[in-house]
Amino acid sequence: MVEHGDIRVVHRGGIARYCRFLCERGIFCCCRFLLCGSGYEVKVFSTSTEECIHDLRAHTDLVTGVLLRPSNHLQAYSCSTDGTVRLWDYTDGILIKTYVIGYPIYSIYTSANHSGVLFVVTPTSDKRSEFQLVAVHLPQSGDQLVEAREFSAVLSDVSSNPAATSFGRGGEYIASAKGLQLEVYFFKKQKFFLKEDNKKGGKNTFTCLACHPKDDCIATGHEDGKIRLWRNFNHKKEYTYTTLHWHHSAVSSLCFTPEGTNLLSGGIESVLVQWRYNQESQRDFLPRLGAAITHIAVSPDGALFCTSHSDNKITIIRSSIQVSAVIQGLVKGDSVRTDLMVDPRSKALVLNGKPGHLQFYSLQRDKLLYNLDIVQQEYIHQSGLEQFEVVKAAFDAYGNWLATVEERKQKPTELELNLKLWAFDEQTQSFMLNTTISAPHEARITAMCFCHSTDSQTTVLVSVSKDGHFKAWQLAPATHTEGPSWSCDFVGAYHSLVPECCCFSADGSLLAVSFQEVVTVWSPASWELLTTLSQPPGAIRNLCFGQLTCSKYLLGTTDKNLLCCWNLLTCSLEWSTSMDVSLLLSDPFSENMAAFCCQAGCTDLFVFKPSEPRPLFSHKAVCLGKVTRAVFAPREKMLESCEETSQWLNHSQLYFVTQYMVNTQHNEATWHYSREALKNMGLCIRIFTDTFLVYKSVYRLRWLMS
Amino acid sequence: MASFKPTKIPIYPKLGEKVTQDTVYWKNYKAPVQIKEFGAVTNIHFSPVAPHNYAVTAFTRIHIYGPFSQEPVKSFTRFKDTAYCGRYRSDGQLLVAGCEDSVVRLFDVSGKVALRMFKGHTKAVHVTDFTSERYHIFTGSDDYTCRLWDIPNATELNTYQEHTDYIRCGVTSKLNRDLFITGSYDHTLKLFDARVDKSVITMDHGQPVESVLLYPSEGLVVSAGGRYVKVWDLLKGGQPLVSLKNHHKTVTSLCLSSNGQRLLSASLDRHVKVYNTTNFRVVHNFDYAASVLSLALAPDDESIIVGMTNGVLSIKHRKSPEESKEVSHQQRRRPSYRVFVKGKNYMPKQDDYLVSKPVREYLTKYDKHLKKFNISKALDSALKPEVTVAVIKELDRRGTLKNALAGRDEKALSELLHFITKNMVDFRFAPVLVPAANMILDIYRSVIGQSPVVDRQLLYLQDLLQKEINYQQELLDVLGMLDTLFASSVPRKELLSQPHSDSFMLFVYFKFKTKNSKEIKKKGERNI
Repeated sequence: MVEHGDIRVVHRGGIARYCRFLCERGIFCCCRFLLCGSGYEVKVFSTSTEECIHDLRAHTDLVTGVLLRPSNHLQAYSCSTDGTVRLWDYTDGILIKTYVIGYPIYSIYTSANHSGVLFVVTPTSDKRSEFQLVAVHLPQSGDQLVEAREFSAVLSDVSSNPAATSFGRGGEYIASAKGLQLEVYFFKKQKFFLKEDNKKGGKNTFTCLACHPKDDCIATGHEDGKIRLWRNFNHKKEYTYTTLHWHHSAVSSLCFTPEGTNLLSGGIESVLVQWRYNQESQRDFLPRLGAAITHIAVSPDGALFCTSHSDNKITIIRSSIQVSAVIQGLVKGDSVRTDLMVDPRSKALVLNGKPGHLQFYSLQRDKLLYNLDIVQQEYIHQSGLEQFEVVKAAFDAYGNWLATVEERKQKPTELELNLKLWAFDEQTQSFMLNTTISAPHEARITAMCFCHSTDSQTTVLVSVSKDGHFKAWQLAPATHTEGPSWSCDFVGAYHSLVPECCCFSADGSLLAVSFQEVVTVWSPASWELLTTLSQPPGAIRNLCFGQLTCSKYLLGTTDKNLLCCWNLLTCSLEWSTSMDVSLLLSDPFSENMAAFCCQAGCTDLFVFKPSEPRPLFSHKAVCLGKVTRAVFAPREKMLESCEETSQWLNHSQLYFVTQYMVNTQHNEATWHYSREALKNMGLCIRIFTDTFLVYKSVYRLRWLMS
Repeated sequence: MASFKPTKIPIYPKLGEKVTQDTVYWKNYKAPVQIKEFGAVTNIHFSPVAPHNYAVTAFTRIHIYGPFSQEPVKSFTRFKDTAYCGRYRSDGQLLVAGCEDSVVRLFDVSGKVALRMFKGHTKAVHVTDFTSERYHIFTGSDDYTCRLWDIPNATELNTYQEHTDYIRCGVTSKLNRDLFITGSYDHTLKLFDARVDKSVITMDHGQPVESVLLYPSEGLVVSAGGRYVKVWDLLKGGQPLVSLKNHHKTVTSLCLSSNGQRLLSASLDRHVKVYNTTNFRVVHNFDYAASVLSLALAPDDESIIVGMTNGVLSIKHRKSPEESKEVSHQQRRRPSYRVFVKGKNYMPKQDDYLVSKPVREYLTKYDKHLKKFNISKALDSALKPEVTVAVIKELDRRGTLKNALAGRDEKALSELLHFITKNMVDFRFAPVLVPAANMILDIYRSVIGQSPVVDRQLLYLQDLLQKEINYQQELLDVLGMLDTLFASSVPRKELLSQPHSDSFMLFVYFKFKTKNSKEIKKKGERNI
C-alpha cells in the first residue's frame, strides 16, 4: 500500500488509444458509434461529435480486439491479454458477460456462419512467440462469469497481427498470412497453401490481408508496397494473382467496403488510397492525413471509413473521401526533445507533438488544444529521411513570446539550426512568427531561457550552445518600415569552455551560465561578469535559482553526485550534499525545488527548500526509468493542506516524463490511477486500488515492448 | 486534412546595399531622356549664364539645348569635318570650337556663321577655351602645340611647343588670365603661364591624359587618363595627392558637383562614379548602356548629361520635391475599399441558402511540381537564385536531390553548372550549393570529357574554387594579424568579442567557407 497518505502518481495523457488494435477491430455501429480498444478499456466515440460517450472498463490488461456480435449488432465482444472475452452492451455501457479463456488473447474473429463460436489467436502453450488460431465454443449459460472449455485448434503458426487474418465470403474460409506464406482454410474441405516466392530478392513479405465479402478474392499487402489480388485459389496450384502498386513502402492496412466495390489501403505515406474493384486503374486519394496510417475500418453500411494513425489519432472519413471528424489524443511524437513547459496564458502543457509542431495540451480539460506549426514545411512521409525537429522551446513570463529552436542533422558537419521567435497575437489567439534567425549558433543549442523579470521593458532571450558561446537576443524596437524584431545583443564566452545550461534569477537581474565545472554569474544590464563559482570535480548538469524568499540562492548539480547551494550575497557555498541528481527544477509559485535522483533503474523524488538541506518530502521509486523532463504546473484552485509533506503541492502540480510516459504527481483523495504511454504503445486508463498493480503493469508493458 | 505547405524562401540580408545620404541624393533623378545624335558625343558644356543652355559637340555639329528642351534650340553646322570641344565664354555670348580640319571657329550664339576663323594649327584641334579676361582663346592640337589667340584681331599671340604627343585636353584658369593647363598623350600635364614663354609646372600622369579639371579654388587639379584619376596639388608645385583606380577602362571625362563636394568621373566601362572629395571614396555609381565619352552637370546638379560612343545623349533631370513625394505617395495608394468589399457586403436574405466558395490556394510553379513529386521539373522551374537555392534545400530535405540532378542532357547540365558557378562563392548560398556541386561531380563523373561545354564549365569551376581558396587564405592571414593586434592591445577581459564587430563576422564567414571549399576542391581534383 502507499505510505504517503494522499500523494499519488497519476499517469495520464488524455485519450490513450491502443492504436494497434483500434481500427482493425474498431467498429462502426449504425454509423453513429466508433468503438476502439484503448489501453485497459474500450472507448465508445460518437462519429459526429467526436466525443467519448462511454469507457467500457472491466479488463485487467490490454484490450487487444473489439468486435461486433454478428447476431446482435447492439452488442460487442472485446478481448484482452488478461485471458478473457467480454460481451458489452455498448450503447448503455453495460458489461453483459465475461468468458474466461485462460490464455492471453491477441486478436478475435467471428463470422455469421459460425454462431456460438469465437476464433481467437493465443500463444501456443510452450513458446510465447508462436501463435495459433483457436476456435472457442461459447457455453450457453445465464451466468455473468463463464469459463469456456471447448477449444479446437484451426491453424497453427499464425501471425499475432490482427490484420493478417480474415474471414472470406461470409465465413466459408479463413485466410491467414505470415512471413512469405498465405494459408487458406476451407471449413468444408481442408486447408490449402499459397506460397509466395521470394523472387529477385524483393521484399514481398505479407503485411496484411483482406478478403472480398462477395467474391473469392483475397487482397494482400506487402512489405514493398505492392497489393496482390489472389483468385482461383480453391484448386490446387492454379491460383492467379494481379499486382497493384502505388505505395512506396509497406502497406499497413487493407479493407474492402461492405459491398466489395472498393478496396482501401494505407501505409506510412499517410495517404488513403481507394481502388475500384475490377477497375484498379481508377484510384482516389486522400493525401496528407498527418501521420502514418496503421489501420483502416469501414462502417457496416459503407458510409464512413475510419483510419487510425501512428500519432494517437483517428480520422473519420466520409465515403466521398472527405474528412468529417478527427479524434486526437496527446500527440505521440517520436520523442520529447523540448522541455515540458506550461504556457503562461492558457496554462496548457506544451511539448513536441506532430513532427515539426508543438502541441498545446490542456491539463485541466485533458484535451489537445492545438498544434502550432513551427517548421512550416511539407512533411514527407518516408522512412529514413532527416526532418527538421523542434528541439528547444521557451516562453517568456507573460506568454507574449515563444522562442523555438529547430534542427536538422544530416551529417555531423551539416547541422541546420533555426531560432524562431513567435509573438502572441491577441486577435487570432495564437502565436505568429516574428523573427527567424538561421544559424544562430555554430553548434547545437543546449539551453535557452527568457529573462523572467516582471518590471523590465525589454525582453531578453539567452541561448547557450556547444560552440562555446552564449548569446543574448533582444527585441529591437519597431522601425517605420517593419515591426519589432529580434537581434543579437551580446555574445559571451568564458575561457573557451563549453557552456551547458543557463538560468535567470527570479527578478531578472542575474544570469547564471555554467561552463563545465564553473558557474559564471553575469549582469544582464551591462553584460559584465560578476563572479564565478565552482565546486570541482564534475561538470554542472543543472542550474536553478531559488524563488521568492530564497532568491539569493543558486543551486547546481554536478555529474559527480553533488548538489550544491551557493549563497549569492556572500558568493560562497551554503551547503552541499552528495546526490546523483538527474533533474533539478524549481517551482515558480513557491520556494520549493524538486530533485529527481536516478538509482538502480528507479527514480526517487526529493522536494526541499534551498534554505536548508533537509527534504520536505521524499518518495522512493516514483517511477521506473530515468525522468527526462519535468515541470511544475499551477493549480486552478489552491489547496489548503497543512500537512508538511503535502504542503508543497498546494500551489502547483508536478508533471514529469520518463523515458516511457507522462506522469503527474499530485494529491487526490480518490484512488484513481490513469496511465498513458507516450513513447511506444498507447497504455490504458484504469482504476486501481494498489500501487503495486501499477508497477506490475509497467513491467508487463516493458516486456511487451522489448 | 492539411493543405500542401509551400516551400519557404528565406529572406537573406542584402549585402552592400546601404542607404546613405549620397545614394538618396544621386538616385533622386527621373528616368533619363535619350536623344540620338549623329555621332559620338565628345563634349558637353553648360552656358555659365541663365537659362544655362548647353552645347553638345557630336560629329560635325554643335547643338545647343535648352534646360528642358528635347530638340536643339540652335545648331552650328558649318564644320567641314568633325567638330571638337564647343565651349561657351563666361558671359555666354560666344562659343569656340575646334575642328578636324585644324581651323578654330568662333561663333556668336545668336548667329550662324563663324565670326572668326583662327588658322595656324596644322592638325586637328581637340582643345579650345576662353581665358578668364575673355578676349583670348587658348587651343591645343594634334600637332603637339598649344596656342593663344587674340579675338578682336584674330591673330596668334603665342605658341608653346613643349608636348611630345597629341594634346587632347586642357582648361584655363577662371581666376588668373594668364594660366592654363594642358594634358597630352605624352602622359604629362603642363601648367603654362602666358607671361613667360614656357610651362611652369609639369606633372607626370603615367598614362595618356584624357581629361583635366581645375578645382574652383584652383589649388588642386584633377587629371584622368588610362584607368586612373589623379589629383595634384598646384600650390605644392604639382605634387600628386591621390591616385584613384575605380574604373576598369579608360576614364574619359571629369566633372565636379555644384558645391564642389563630389567629383564625378565617366569611363569607357559605361559607369559614372561619384567620389567624396574629402576621402576620395566612391559614394555612388551610375550605369549607362554604352561607353561614356563626355559628362556634364547642370548648375545646382539639376541634371546630369552624359554623351556616349553610340551617339546617344542621356539627360537625367532631378525630381522636383513634389514629384519625389508623389511617387512614394502613389506607391502607398491602394485600391479603394469598394474594390475589396465588392460583392462581399451582400446581406443574405432570410431564405437564401449560403454556398461558401472554397478558397483556392495558389502555388508557384515549383511548388506545383514538388507537390506532384516532379523533382527535376521543380528544380528547373525555379528562377531566382534565392528560390533555386530554397528548392535545392527542399529537395535535399526530401532526400531526392540526387535524382533531381541526375539524368540531364548537355544543355540542362550546363545551365545547372552555370548557376552553381555563378552563385557558389556567395556565402549565403554556399552551404547548400557545395553539396549539390559535389553530387553533380559524383553523378557525371563517368561522362566527363564527352562534352566540351561541360568540361569548360568544370574547369572554370575549379579555377573559381582555387581563387576562392587563395582569397580566404589571405583573409585568414589578415585575421590572424588582427587577432595578435587585439590580443596585445586589449587588456585581458572575459568578454571575447562583440556581436557585431567586423572581425567576428569575418571570422564566422570564413570559418565555414574555408571548410566547404576545401572539401569540394579535393573532390574536384579527383574527378577532373
